[in-house]
Amino acid sequence: MDVLIFIVGGTLAAATALIFAAMGELVAEKSGVLNLGIEGMMATGAAMAFVVLSLSGSYTLGFVAGAALGMVLSLVHAALTIIFRANQVASGLAVGILGLGLSSAIGKRYEGRTVAGLPENGIPFLSDIPVIGPMFFQQDIMVYLSILLIPATWYVLNRTKLGLTIRAIGESPEAAHALGLKVRLIRTGCVAFGGAMAGIGGAYMSTAYTPLWAEGMIAGRGWIVVALTVFGTWMVGRVAFGAYLFGSISLLELSIQAFGLNIPSQLMSALPYLVTIVMLAIISRNPTFIKLNSPASLGATLKLS
Amino acid sequence: MARFVIEARPERSAWAPVQVALLALILTCIGGSVLFIIYGVSPLKGLDAIFIDPLRSTYGIGEVLLKMAPLLLIAQGLAIGFRAQIWNIGAEGQLILGAIAASLLAIQFEGSTSPLLLPGMIVVGMVAGMAWAGIAAFLRAQFNANEILVTFMLSSVALQLLYFLVTGPLRDPSGFNFPQSIRFDQAAMFPILIPGTRVNASLFIGLFVTVVALVFVQRSLAGYKLSVGGIAPRAATYAGFSSKRTIWLALLISGGAAGLAGVGEVAGSLGMLQRNVSPGYGYAGIIVAVLGGLHPIGILFASALMALVYVGGDFALLSVGVPNAVTDIFQGMLLTFYLACSFLLTSRIRRITPEAIASEAPAE
Repeated sequence: MDVLIFIVGGTLAAATALIFAAMGELVAEKSGVLNLGIEGMMATGAAMAFVVLSLSGSYTLGFVAGAALGMVLSLVHAALTIIFRANQVASGLAVGILGLGLSSAIGKRYEGRTVAGLPENGIPFLSDIPVIGPMFFQQDIMVYLSILLIPATWYVLNRTKLGLTIRAIGESPEAAHALGLKVRLIRTGCVAFGGAMAGIGGAYMSTAYTPLWAEGMIAGRGWIVVALTVFGTWMVGRVAFGAYLFGSISLLELSIQAFGLNIPSQLMSALPYLVTIVMLAIISRNPTFIKLNSPASLGATLKLS
Repeated sequence: MARFVIEARPERSAWAPVQVALLALILTCIGGSVLFIIYGVSPLKGLDAIFIDPLRSTYGIGEVLLKMAPLLLIAQGLAIGFRAQIWNIGAEGQLILGAIAASLLAIQFEGSTSPLLLPGMIVVGMVAGMAWAGIAAFLRAQFNANEILVTFMLSSVALQLLYFLVTGPLRDPSGFNFPQSIRFDQAAMFPILIPGTRVNASLFIGLFVTVVALVFVQRSLAGYKLSVGGIAPRAATYAGFSSKRTIWLALLISGGAAGLAGVGEVAGSLGMLQRNVSPGYGYAGIIVAVLGGLHPIGILFASALMALVYVGGDFALLSVGVPNAVTDIFQGMLLTFYLACSFLLTSRIRRITPEAIASEAPAE
């Protein structure tokens, strides 16, 4: 039973950063904007949140600062792609590189330091239930919020007028523009939301999951997030499922080290990337299926008159 | 009230890309000045340390030319793919594989003085880079897997493979447990090109590849097909240009060039395989390719500029005490501002006065 509690509880915590960033990226992609700079936004969010938490002692301020900086970076991406008609791939890479540089500059003096991680809050009564309690209800607040974010994202995208507008813009920005929808504004909003969520995901990494700051600590998670939207074929539930799957893989890495199995640690570190490659090939093998599910204007340069 | 409208430029000047790159450089200097002020350094001193100081000494110029070689090689290869809208962002991994393959040969034939060793290393390094990029080409051509994500993931795998090798099988037994291989023999090293500096034959290969790229892009049918595939994919299909061929060609060329850059590092400035075989040349190469306007000559200048920023970052660390991260931020700003300014290549912003609107508006 303890093993099961460890696996489920650990997976939830390991997937939290991925859930936040992936829901943000999904919303941005649904509006037609591919953001390859997620890695840089998570990294700056992580560095900023760590520094602010260290200085102020407030987790709330840390998360707000991380989200704010992630959003600022994403607004650069929004400006480049939506106003300046830059290629979305090139722009995302540019902002990502900028973000990684910023993160290392912000966190320079804090390199290798640790903080007390975000405390776990058992939910009263529920956490006392045997087995299920410690599995699900003995987590920190951000884990609960990330779980709530999944149905909330689904609801907004699929059951509200705003969601319909976002999806319409993602399918055909020209048609949406002709209908009088505020394409530029909504897209900018979606990208900004994505940046803020990436910032929160990064902040979770540095202030709760591994509470420390080290340059490069995001370790490709931002790219896995982009891959998750493809795995999940742009559907909220499937993207979330993918995030938990990757959470469990990173847990596997930890447990194999703990059990002292004789597998090179580098192979375990490479595992998430190898799994991503295999999964991408399996999911994408039918081009029609991908084309039907992806937002039609995803990646295309916006050209409104 | 006057309005501003964005409209397409009727004609493009041949010098416009150069002007855009220079504008991006100026904006980067302004952004960099802000950064220096935050660090409490005089902007003039900071910019001097990054852009001018390295050019004052033979040593500095030598270091710039040394770092220019891998950037030039990688960017020339990547640009060919980018023109075809094939985004290989994993040059870092292809460089690492090239470095590993060349090192395996050099370590296997330790003590050899054969003149064939170095050419052999060049060939296996290039082939290894091509093979690593070839995985992405295969998965894209056969399984439609996004090459951007696959090439990135493969880079991360390559890095772990490198760590495994330099801490395990290839670690120098008498190297005090440092994560590095044995030192290569003279026969496995590139000759020095400019005496008194570390500039080696890798730069020569980079310049040679530049000439090849120029001929390939401007004179060959294969280069033309690649460009058409990028600009008008449907037209390319109707013309019978195979998209799978494009994918393979773009990734193999860029992978091979990055592999060559890897050979240049281990057989050039490093003289061994080590954990830090590249300070992110693979990613900086993306910036160089775009900043150079995807044109072989533009890339030549862009690689020199980026190499200068690398060396200047180190100089600034020593002379004015700003952290290394400044290098990354400068590089990121260069690309960001270039993309923003590129807008001016194809479009212009025109101010419309109320009188003009009144006179142009059709009578309703």
